[in-house]
Amino acid sequence: MSNHHSNKLTPEQMLSQAKQELQTGVGRSVKHDSAVKQVCGEAVYIDDRLEFPNQLHVYARLSEHAHAKITKLDVSPCYDFPGVAITITAKDVPGLLDIGAIMPGDPLLADGKVEFYGQPVLAVAANDHETARKAAMAAIVEYEELDAVLSVEQALEQEHYIDQPHQHVRGDSQSALANAKHSIQGSVHIGGQEHFYLETQISSVIPTEDGGMIVYTSTQNPTEVQKLVAEVLDVPFNKIQIDMRRMGGGFGGKETQAAAPACMAAVVAKLTGRPTKMRLPRMEDMMMTGKRHPFFNQYHVGFDDNGRITGCEMKLAGNCGYSPDLSNSIIDRAMFHSDNSYYLGDATITGYRCKTNTASNTAYRGFGGPQGLIMPEIILDDIARQLGKDPLEVRKHNLYNGMNGVNGFGQPLSDADQGRDTTHYYQQVEDNQLPEMIAELEASSDYHARREAIRAYNATSPILKKGLAMTPVKFGISFTATFLNQAGALIHIYTDGSIHLNHGGTEMGQGLNTKVAQIVAEEFQVDFDNIQITATNTDKVPNTSPTAASSGADLNGKAAQNAAQTIKQRLVVFAAHHFNVTEEDVRFANNHVLIRDEVLPFAEFIQLAYFHQISLSSTGFYRTPKIYYDRDNARGRPFYYFAYGLSCSEVVVDTLTGEYKILRTDILHDVGASLNPAIDIGQIEGAYVQGAGWLTSEELVWNDQGRLMTSGPASYKIPAVADMPVDFRVKLVENRKNREDTVFHSKAVGEPPFMLGISVFCAIKDAIASLADYRVSPRIDAPATPERVLWAVEAIKQHSAETTRATAEPAELETV
Amino acid sequence: MIKFLLNRELRVEESIDPNMTVLQYLRTEAGKTGTKEGCASGDCGACTVVVGELDGEDIRYKSINSCLTFLSALHGKQLITVEDLKEGSQLHPAQQALVDQHGSQCGFCTPGFVMSMFALGKNIADPNKAQIEEALAGNLCRCTGYRPIVDAAESMYQNTRQDQFDRDHAQTVARLRALQIEEQPQLNDGSKQAHNPRSIAELAELLSQNPDARLVAGGTDLALEVTQFHRELETLIYVGDIAEMKQVTVHDDRIELGAAAPLTDCYKALANDFPDFGNLLHRFASLQIRNQGTLGGNIGNASPIGDSPPALIALNAEVVLRQGNGSRTIKLEDYFIDYKVTAQQPGEFIEKVVVPRVASNEAFRSYKISKRIDDDISAVLGCFNLTIKDGVIHNARVAFGGMAAIPKRAQHCEAALTGQAWNAATIKQAKQALANDFAPISDFRASKEYRMLTATNMLTRYFVELDEPATDSRVFSDSVVQSYIPEPRSVTTQTGGSAHV
Repeated sequence: MSNHHSNKLTPEQMLSQAKQELQTGVGRSVKHDSAVKQVCGEAVYIDDRLEFPNQLHVYARLSEHAHAKITKLDVSPCYDFPGVAITITAKDVPGLLDIGAIMPGDPLLADGKVEFYGQPVLAVAANDHETARKAAMAAIVEYEELDAVLSVEQALEQEHYIDQPHQHVRGDSQSALANAKHSIQGSVHIGGQEHFYLETQISSVIPTEDGGMIVYTSTQNPTEVQKLVAEVLDVPFNKIQIDMRRMGGGFGGKETQAAAPACMAAVVAKLTGRPTKMRLPRMEDMMMTGKRHPFFNQYHVGFDDNGRITGCEMKLAGNCGYSPDLSNSIIDRAMFHSDNSYYLGDATITGYRCKTNTASNTAYRGFGGPQGLIMPEIILDDIARQLGKDPLEVRKHNLYNGMNGVNGFGQPLSDADQGRDTTHYYQQVEDNQLPEMIAELEASSDYHARREAIRAYNATSPILKKGLAMTPVKFGISFTATFLNQAGALIHIYTDGSIHLNHGGTEMGQGLNTKVAQIVAEEFQVDFDNIQITATNTDKVPNTSPTAASSGADLNGKAAQNAAQTIKQRLVVFAAHHFNVTEEDVRFANNHVLIRDEVLPFAEFIQLAYFHQISLSSTGFYRTPKIYYDRDNARGRPFYYFAYGLSCSEVVVDTLTGEYKILRTDILHDVGASLNPAIDIGQIEGAYVQGAGWLTSEELVWNDQGRLMTSGPASYKIPAVADMPVDFRVKLVENRKNREDTVFHSKAVGEPPFMLGISVFCAIKDAIASLADYRVSPRIDAPATPERVLWAVEAIKQHSAETTRATAEPAELETV
Repeated sequence: MIKFLLNRELRVEESIDPNMTVLQYLRTEAGKTGTKEGCASGDCGACTVVVGELDGEDIRYKSINSCLTFLSALHGKQLITVEDLKEGSQLHPAQQALVDQHGSQCGFCTPGFVMSMFALGKNIADPNKAQIEEALAGNLCRCTGYRPIVDAAESMYQNTRQDQFDRDHAQTVARLRALQIEEQPQLNDGSKQAHNPRSIAELAELLSQNPDARLVAGGTDLALEVTQFHRELETLIYVGDIAEMKQVTVHDDRIELGAAAPLTDCYKALANDFPDFGNLLHRFASLQIRNQGTLGGNIGNASPIGDSPPALIALNAEVVLRQGNGSRTIKLEDYFIDYKVTAQQPGEFIEKVVVPRVASNEAFRSYKISKRIDDDISAVLGCFNLTIKDGVIHNARVAFGGMAAIPKRAQHCEAALTGQAWNAATIKQAKQALANDFAPISDFRASKEYRMLTATNMLTRYFVELDEPATDSRVFSDSVVQSYIPEPRSVTTQTGGSAHV
């Protein structure tokens, strides 16, 4: 677009170009802005930055007890290693020691006691990482062990909480349960999950002449790192600049957990005056940082002959680890999603915030939502088997009413269906698309024929059994801490027409920068390549919210659009005045500006505006409308809207080992009017596989000392390439733009599809249930590792043998 | 000194720390940061690079984990990293395909995938889905769910196949050949040393001079001592340059596998005779590891959960132990004595493994149990090799890993099978007998009860597989999966779909 290179076109040629559609605006599958750099190894991550000659590297020594008093801490041996610059402990932190996100409770370095195995006790900075590590291990640390709480049940029993339990109540669940024709009760453990971002936590810090720091950090929350670095150094926020170009994966794991390495490096940099980097080796990263909250969930549900739930009580107990971190909001979100897509009748949902001596569990894609949302799926399967019905039919009986006045079967509402559109926290479900989505996927996935085929296969297959399940997702979009629903952006247009774009969101691979640039491209009607995406930087856009809660594009896209529109409006006013036309006569179209009968290339027009002293730079701002929530009364509209999704998975299970494989998956997912279909599909596929991993092979195991035993990829197994479904079909819901005024009527996509993975869990159980003619529901905790699956198989076989012993011949396998 | 090509550039190193991995070298010494560290333990593949190795007039390109490879292993080879693939502004087909298919999100795993795909393209002209999965099973991606990456691997050579490495072929061969004549390659940083002997005689000599030296074959286990357990290995002897130890020879009555032959090479010979050994090797770690790792190493590290020993024991394999000019041959089952204790004497090394060939081999089966199908460590691995004639079991060899402190035969189980009729009753007896063979432990991979039950259940499966071969018995077998594999997707790039109006 530079003046030097612009080819002179005739007005006719320009006019003809301006009549064509912009190819890289909103709704197009523009490539990820970093893709070319990434495939060439040229995309710069923090560890790839050129180091300074006097660079320091930090290593933290971690606690080897789950709960203990520190009786001796002698760091003098650390200095025996040549190259060691400094060793820091809690008392060396110049400012505030606590780096808790919302509530205090997270000392940067242990202060007299340790509360989990893996807590940083001291940190050593040296000329190289290995020297720092050796020196840190040489420090003398002695402990006096204290009693540790290691399980969520133990914490629940002892009422060992990080905060008080909270309740959502609608109606009288007790009476509803008492009067129900049928009921079931049960409990289930839902496992945690390691984020396993491929790039471990890392920060690189450079001291400035003003006593501040420039911090390059891999974080989803630059503003919070800025605040915490300022606080530990005891300097005003304006001394600290955070720069964040890209993360090698985040998934929630870099919302609060990036702060500790940044703060430790900053303290070292402050005390030594030297640039300092802290990169966590994989094992230390897995030991030190929090994970998805494991939950222990108890339920008691009453239902009618159709399987429709009439009363429901759930106790959701989240294992928060040793400190509050974000756990209050996470347990709340589990409660908000304990209905998933279903009307629960009279319901009492209680959320417990259990404190244990493990790493402080934290944000992870879905933010507690998945651990609540899976509950109705487990319960409805149980109900279906008790009643001898197809689980999908039971699900339809329980769905919230759909838009356009239909019930879960897509039929006009009967009397019994009236009023089934309000959640247990009194938000009305206004745009439920699930009935029509289910009808579509039922047909396109050939659900019923395949169910019959699977029954036939299972009847003749002695070792392998197949299972099928279709499960929906309804996920609330907005931060439930309402104030966080705001964003800022900054746009400059330079005199060659090139555009500099900055916003408060962070790029972790999800394509946020690409989407926001498409929005700006669309507004100015210029090519995507004309927009330079720049690192998120607290100097450019201040006071940002974390890129979390799937809100990145919704919030920052709107803020960038606002900035673009501000500049555009100035340009329109200028053009109308300059060319003596009306504002309506000024149009931006495919790299050109049309002014009634005249046409100018965008760059030329910008230059003209510059010479006429028009400001070509603007900030933008956005806050989400409509939302409010009264937590004291547990009522309100915490979510601006819901995103919907649906998946159908078929698996095959080995009844001799418990091993399984996903054979086919059909997904239909709602992203409103997609900003970028390719990126959205990428999010959906990736989320589904990650969700399936959470519920299958990803098992976190601690020993009885509270030490994480699965502390690396050799022992903690995230899905590998062959774990994706053999046949994987993903479709976006078409022609359903968001009814709310979101950016170009799109919908958030980061978290909702994660829970599509639940269909794998249900399909595995379906395969096991075949062993007892689908009349007994297998009990199985998540993740459904092969071992857990095999025990469920054994239990069902046992049950089936007991009930049929008198009449039937023993099954073939049992004779073998 | 050691010499190798870093793409086209000749690198000569003499005094570098012999414990330095190729990954560290690239990132800190060579200033090439495109190759990423994801785990430093060979489990994620982010650090995958490709090594080109002379093979006659050819160059064999192999993907390896640079985090598990010590620098000495590069002597005489060509190291290719993600930065080397692009020509000017023209992306390599593997790179372009990943861009076109939206195969990168956060991008941190991407260089590793690019290199695995590049190596795949160099080895298999038109890979099918199974071959793609095999090539990529050692690369973890947390963002995409893999679908677009597999699509990229399927479509990468649809337009152009020849690349700069093909065009430079003759020149590269000549340059690599010139490096082979280097006498006694070694590294010495003053406190640590590494040697690359070129013959078994040289190795024997070096080892008798340095009885405490650690032998490096693939190094995929040994390197963990450095990268994960922070030990310093003072003297390393790299055996990968000893051509005679890398031979795989198929004789009429036996297969001889040089102790330093990469598993990938052993794979072909063994899978040909024992198809189920092929299935096992497919699940043995990842391709990157198999490209480096050796049978000798898998035996010599004496892990109770190594994947090849139970299979080799079931096949009645022997190991040839060499010391100086002398050698002795023992049964593999006698090599393992106790947890990490072997019959190998100081100064001895494994020269080769000998597997007898048999007339009838249909009865060999291996069953690996792990949390994840691909690239995972066994909870239990059981191997069965029965000789059944006229409905009677004449001979039974049954061996397990993960059930005891060493890979071990199940003697009670074998006794219950031997001489008995091949029927369900015998299998039932054998299952009961198996309980007397082992007292497994519980750990994070599996409980002792699970280990025992799945080991016992293997006999059930074995019976079904031999007795009713048409029955589906494994979740990943072709008979189950094949009908679900869709046609390769259309590879046209999605651009349209303006859904917002």
